[in-house]
Amino acid sequence: MTALVIVLALPLAGALAVIALPVRAAVPVALSATALTALSALVLAASVWQGGPVTLMVGGWQPPLGIALQADGLAAALIVMSALVVGAVAMAAWFEMAAARAGPRAAFGFWPLMLLLWGALNAVYVSRDLFNLYVGLELLSLAAVALVAISGTAQALVAALRYMIFALAGSLLYLAGVVLVYAGHGTLDIGLLSARSPAPGDALALGLMTAGLLAKTALFPFHVWLPPAHASAPAPASALLSALVPKASFLILIRLWFEAMPELASTAALLMLAGLGAIAVIWGGVLALVQSRLKLIVAYSTVAQLGYMFLVFPLAGGDGSAQPWAAGAWTGAMFQALSHGLAKAAMFLVAGICIAAVGSDRLGDLRGLARALPMTGFAFALAAITLMGLPPSGGFTAKYLLMTSAFAAGQWPWALVLAGGGLLAAAYLYRPLAALFTRDARLPVHPVARAWQGVPLALAALAVLLGLLSAAPFDLLQIGRPEPAVEGL
Amino acid sequence: MNAALPVLILLSSLVPAGVTFFLAQDSHTLRNTLNLGGAVVKLGLIIWMLFAVAGGASYEASLPLAPGLVMLLRVDALALLFISLSATLWFLTTIYAIAYFGTKAELSRFFGFFSLCVAATTGLALSGSLISFFIFFELLTLSTWPLVAHKQDKPSLSAARVYLAYALPGSAALLWAIIWLESATGPVLFTEPPDLSALDPGALRGIFALFIIGVGVKAALVPLHGWLPADMAAPAPVSALLHAVAVVKAGAFGVVRVIYDVFGASNVAALGVGEPLAILASVTIVWGSVRALQQDEIKKRLAFSTVSQVSYIVLGAALASPLAMIGGLVHLIHQGLMKITMFFCAGIYDERAGVRKITELNGMGARMPWTSVCFSLGAMGMIGLPPLAGFVSKFYLGLGGLEAGAPWVLGVLVASTLLNAAYFLPLLYRLWFLPAAEDARGDERAPALVVPAVVTATAALGVGLLAASPISPLGWATLIVAREYGP
Repeated sequence: MTALVIVLALPLAGALAVIALPVRAAVPVALSATALTALSALVLAASVWQGGPVTLMVGGWQPPLGIALQADGLAAALIVMSALVVGAVAMAAWFEMAAARAGPRAAFGFWPLMLLLWGALNAVYVSRDLFNLYVGLELLSLAAVALVAISGTAQALVAALRYMIFALAGSLLYLAGVVLVYAGHGTLDIGLLSARSPAPGDALALGLMTAGLLAKTALFPFHVWLPPAHASAPAPASALLSALVPKASFLILIRLWFEAMPELASTAALLMLAGLGAIAVIWGGVLALVQSRLKLIVAYSTVAQLGYMFLVFPLAGGDGSAQPWAAGAWTGAMFQALSHGLAKAAMFLVAGICIAAVGSDRLGDLRGLARALPMTGFAFALAAITLMGLPPSGGFTAKYLLMTSAFAAGQWPWALVLAGGGLLAAAYLYRPLAALFTRDARLPVHPVARAWQGVPLALAALAVLLGLLSAAPFDLLQIGRPEPAVEGL
Repeated sequence: MNAALPVLILLSSLVPAGVTFFLAQDSHTLRNTLNLGGAVVKLGLIIWMLFAVAGGASYEASLPLAPGLVMLLRVDALALLFISLSATLWFLTTIYAIAYFGTKAELSRFFGFFSLCVAATTGLALSGSLISFFIFFELLTLSTWPLVAHKQDKPSLSAARVYLAYALPGSAALLWAIIWLESATGPVLFTEPPDLSALDPGALRGIFALFIIGVGVKAALVPLHGWLPADMAAPAPVSALLHAVAVVKAGAFGVVRVIYDVFGASNVAALGVGEPLAILASVTIVWGSVRALQQDEIKKRLAFSTVSQVSYIVLGAALASPLAMIGGLVHLIHQGLMKITMFFCAGIYDERAGVRKITELNGMGARMPWTSVCFSLGAMGMIGLPPLAGFVSKFYLGLGGLEAGAPWVLGVLVASTLLNAAYFLPLLYRLWFLPAAEDARGDERAPALVVPAVVTATAALGVGLLAASPISPLGWATLIVAREYGP
C-alpha cells in the first residue's frame, strides 16, 4: 500500500522539487527520486506477487463516491518495466549531459519532465476510474509533447505541434466518451461499470473513447505523428516516448474492452482493431525499411511493434480446450508490451550513444562504429533479437503465445502477420546492424564511457531474460487478470 | 547428478563463450586455456556419459518457461551420437583455430561466438522438446552469423547476409510448423510421440513440409542450399566446424528428429511423405555433385560436396527402414570426420602455400606430404572406397534402400559415387602426379594445423576399419536404431 502511494507521489514530488531547488541540486534530487521510486516499484510488484492485487481507496471512500486505485499483476508488471526503463534513461541522460553534448535547455527541462511523465504513467497504470485515467493521460501527453520540443529546433517544434494536435484530439474524443458513460450510468468506476445495466449510449461512448485512445497509441492510420516526434526528441526522451507512453493508452483500451465493457465487443469491431494492428505491423515495417537514419528506423519500428499488441482483441481466449494453458493471447500481448518497452528503450539509448560518438545517426555515418564501441553494438544486436521475436527473448515468448492462440482459435491468418512481421523486422534491423559491424569506420569516434555503454546493454539483456525466465512474469500477469482474457471477447 | 550432467555439458561451452567476450584482445593464454579447457571438460563429461548411457542410464533436466514452452535437456543415444561428434571436433578445431589465427584481430569476439555456436549445437543435440530444439536452432543461426562475417570485408558481409536471408525464413517456417502442430497436440516432447489424430492428413502433410523446409535450409537440401557455397568466404576453421559439423548437421539431425520423434516412422509412411523426401534428398545428392564438378576453388568444391553428402543422412532417415536409418546415422559421424579433414587441409594449403584453386594443387603431395595424405584419405573416404568410412555408410544405405523396397536408391548411390570420383580424383592426380609449378612454395611447419587434420583423417580411417566393433559409430548407430526405433 505504501509502495503504491510512493510510486504515484514521489515522481511528482521529485518533479516539483527539481523545479523549485537551485540548478545544481537538480541532478542529485532527480536521481535519488528515481532510485527510490524504482525501489518502491519492485516492492509493490513483490507484494502483488505474494498477496494479490493491491487496492487503495483514495480518502477511504468506496466507489462510486471515492476513487479506487488498484495494482493488479498487469499494472505491477508495467510499473516494474517502466521503473527499469526510466532508471536506465535517467542514467543515460546523466552521462549524456555530463558529456555536455546536450544543450543547457535540455538539462533544465529534462528532469522535471521525465519525473512528471513517470508519475502520470504510474497513475494511468493503477487508476480504476475513467476520469482519473483522463487526467493521467492528459498529464502524460503534455509531458511527452514538451519532451519532444525540448531541443528547440524548428524540426522538433513542428513534430511536437503535430503530436500535440493528435494528442489533444484524442483526449477530446476520449473525454466525450467519458461524459456519455457518466450520463448513462452515473459512475466512472471500472469495477462498477462492468456490473452496470446496458444503456443505449454505451456503444457510442466506447467507440469515441477507443478512437481517442487509438490516436494516442499511434495505431495505423493515426501513426503519422509518432516517427517525427520520436526521432526529433533527444535520445533519452525518445526512449521514454517510444517505450512507455503508447503503453499507457493501450492499457486503458485493455481496461475498457476487457474489464469495463467486454459485452460490447462485436466481431466486426475486434476484426477492425486487429486488422489495423496488422496493417501497422506491415506498413510500419516497410517504412522502417526505407529510412536512412537510425532514430527514424527505430521509431517506425515502434509503429510496427505496437501493431502486434492489437491482435489480442480477436485472439484472446482462443480455444482454451486445445491448449494446456489459459489466457495465452492476452498474456502474449502483455509480454509484447513489456519486451518492446525494454528493447525499444535500449535501442534509442544506443542511438544516443551513436550520436554522442559520431555526431550523427545517419546509417552511412555509423559504419564501423561497433569496432570502437563493441558493447553498444552488442546491445543493439540483443535488442534487435527481441524485436525480431527470436528465441529466447521476451519478444519470442510474446509471439509464441499469440501464434499458438491464433492456431488454436482457427484464426491462422493472424499468425501470418506475426511471422511476416518478424521477417520484416529482421530486414529493417539488419541494415543498421550491418552498418555498425562493417570494418571501415568513416568518421572519427569520440570516446564514450563504458558505464554509459553498459546502460542499453543491461536493458537489452533484460529483454532477453524476460523470455529466458518467462515463467515468473507469466504468473505475475495472471494475478487479477480479467475473465474475458480467458474466455475471449 | 542426473539433472546436473546435461546442464554441465551445456555450460562447458556456454561459460567459456560468456567469459571470452570480455577478455582483452591480447590475453591469448587465458583465452586459449579457457576454450581448450572447456573442450576438454566437455569431452570428459561426454565419455563418462557414453558409458553410463550404454549401460541404460538416462539424464534429464528441465526449465519451465511460460506455459507451453518447456526447455528440456535430455540425453538419449541419438543425442550422444551428435554431441560426441561435436565435442571431439570442437576440441580439434579449437587447436586448429588458435594456430590458424595466431595473433590476428578480434579474436575474443571470434572465440566467444565460436564457443556459443558449439553451445547451441550441444543444446540442439540435447533438446528433449520441440521448443527447446527451436530455441537452440535459432541460437545457432544467430551465433553463426558473426563467424561468417568475421573478416568484415565485402564478400564476408554479403555471405553473412545471404546466410540470414536463407536461415530466417527457414526459422519462420519451422516455428510455423511447430506452432501449427502444438496448437492441436500441446507441447511436443521427443519421449512421448504426440497424438496426431486431432489433425487431418492434409494438415499433417503441410506441417511435415514446413518442418522439412525449416530444417532443410540448414541441411542445405536443394533448392535451399544456396547459402552454403556462399559462406565459403568465412575463415577456414569456421568452414571446417560449421559446415562439417554444426550447421548442416543440425539440419540433418533435425530431419531425423522430425521423422522419428515427432511424426514417427509409421506415420511418415502412412502419410506418404517419406518417399518425396527421399527423392528430394537424392536430387540433392546428385545435383550437389554435379555442381561440385564445376567449381575451381577448393573450398567451393568441398562446399557443394557437403551439400551432396549431408543428404545421405536425410536419405537414410526418409527411407525409414532400419538399415537405411543406420546408414544415415553413421554417416552423420563419418561425413563429419571426412569433411572436417578436408576443410582442415584446404585451410593448410591456403595458409602455408597460398593455394586456393584446384589448378594450383599440382605437385603439392611432395611438398606437403602429411596434409596431402590426409586430404587424399578424406577424398577417398568420400568416394566410398572400402575400408574407409564412406564405404560403410553407402553400404548400409544401399542395403536399406533394398529393404525399404526402393531399389532406385542403389542407382543414386552409384551415380553419386561416380560423380564423387569425378570431382575428387583429379585433385588427387594433381597432388601426386603432376609436377609442381616453378614458383610453388609450401611447407608444413605448423604442427597445430597439421596434427588435427592427421587425427581426424586417422579417425576416418579407423571408424571404417573398426566398424564391426560395438564402440564404433556403426555399433552405436545400430544400438540407437535397435533401442529406440526398432520395429
